[in-house]
Amino acid sequence: MTTFTIPDFTLPQVLKRLGPRLPQLPPTLVLVGALNAAMSKRLGNLLPRDLLEPMIGKRVTIRVLDAGMTLRFAYGERGFRPSFETTPADLTMSARSRDFLALLLREEDPDTLFFSRRLLMEGDTDLGLLVKNTLDGIDLPRLDPAQLVARLSPAELLNRFVARLAQRAVPHH
Amino acid sequence: MSAKLELVCPAGGLPALKTAVDHGADCVYAGFRDETNARNFNGLNFDDKALAEGVKYAHDRSARVLIALNTFPQASNWSRWTAAVDRAAGHGVDAVILADMGLMDYAANKHPNLRLHLSVQGSATNYEAINFYRERFGIQRAVLPRVLSLAQVEQVIQNTPVEIEIFGFGGLCVMVEGRCALSAYATGTSPNCQGACSPGKSVRWEQTPQGMETRLNGILIDKFADGERAGYPTLCKGRFEVDDETYYAIEEPTSLNTIEMLPELMRIGVRAIKIEGRQRSPAYVAQVTQVWREAIDSCQRDAAHFAPKAGWMAELNKVSEGQSHTLGAYYRPWK
Repeated sequence: MTTFTIPDFTLPQVLKRLGPRLPQLPPTLVLVGALNAAMSKRLGNLLPRDLLEPMIGKRVTIRVLDAGMTLRFAYGERGFRPSFETTPADLTMSARSRDFLALLLREEDPDTLFFSRRLLMEGDTDLGLLVKNTLDGIDLPRLDPAQLVARLSPAELLNRFVARLAQRAVPHH
Repeated sequence: MSAKLELVCPAGGLPALKTAVDHGADCVYAGFRDETNARNFNGLNFDDKALAEGVKYAHDRSARVLIALNTFPQASNWSRWTAAVDRAAGHGVDAVILADMGLMDYAANKHPNLRLHLSVQGSATNYEAINFYRERFGIQRAVLPRVLSLAQVEQVIQNTPVEIEIFGFGGLCVMVEGRCALSAYATGTSPNCQGACSPGKSVRWEQTPQGMETRLNGILIDKFADGERAGYPTLCKGRFEVDDETYYAIEEPTSLNTIEMLPELMRIGVRAIKIEGRQRSPAYVAQVTQVWREAIDSCQRDAAHFAPKAGWMAELNKVSEGQSHTLGAYYRPWK
């Protein structure tokens, strides 16, 4: 079992109030960039594209409750991208930052968090199961964690996203 | 006391399988990505590549892999189940866990060296039934439905040469495994034939000012106040209005935990303890496998002085469904 356990914490109340007033795009770009990177060949197709097929055209909202953050993104043929629609997404997942972190590091089981009411999943449950089970099915130990961290750094991801935007903006001949 | 008590742990995917093996599981049970097993959920389970790697990983570490093919084929899709038996055999798995008699007959004839386990979905609760499966199909292990008291489990064990596996930990259901029609009634999807109880497409959660509502195919089945522990979105664990009173009219969401019975389970000759939860994540598998490995080892060293550690119970309660844990049908002092 892992020796390090994420302590139980809630971000200060002020962030919850401040969060919604801050731009949500930068953290969304980081998230979207990380997801796209995980699908790339460079990272060994960590996120299997074929399994995500049912997600095409779907919008997902992640609400980080104690940070007052609402990250909206969508999945399409070209991968993940930020979404600017404010109508309810196909799937909305809400939890505190601590619990999202614990899920990401596989320290907590989503059902455990659900039973203790620390994780709420609203909308298309089947889509939620697909997301959860696909993430659980990723065999992480194959990767060199140091390499992964370097490739998933926010700066690197933002760079790549900007590069992709630029690429799309210029018509190819 | 007979052979060593085995720990059988769930794996919904390759990381869970590896985690179970790393934390001391003797056997890991898994399924394919379709309706041939009773945990047919979106994104869960194994394709051929993952299973090949899983079998190798387990075998390299002296653990075994069991494949659950424990749903019931229909006339129109029979070949999907027989193909699944062939696939499992081809991967060199250590046993298949079957419920359907026809499929058992197929497996026994086509793969005479493949070890057969009778699934809990087969609902065999008496030794006559289990012995029949042995005589007819050569099954070597039976998983008992969670309806028997400990005395009844002992009576079964004394009257059959078939190894007996029982559920030791995890979510409970209404105890008519393989025959339950509740979810099918509400959703039109049969858990017994299509492998999904409360399939995701039929489940909706919604946070309302009154609390979190759970709906199954539009039917309100429960409402949880803020802070109240929640359960799985199954009809059997819903709260319903009966005679002007709203309560768990069928059963309460609660988890089975038999750790305190370990000395007794060993004494009566239970061969294997099964941990429920292929739908759970690798984190759950790690937590539960580790506790049960420690408990079984501790009991095997000194059954007379065995006592569950408070830390084990706290760890297990944390991952449990509902408010509490129970000894289920095993403990029935009023019998």
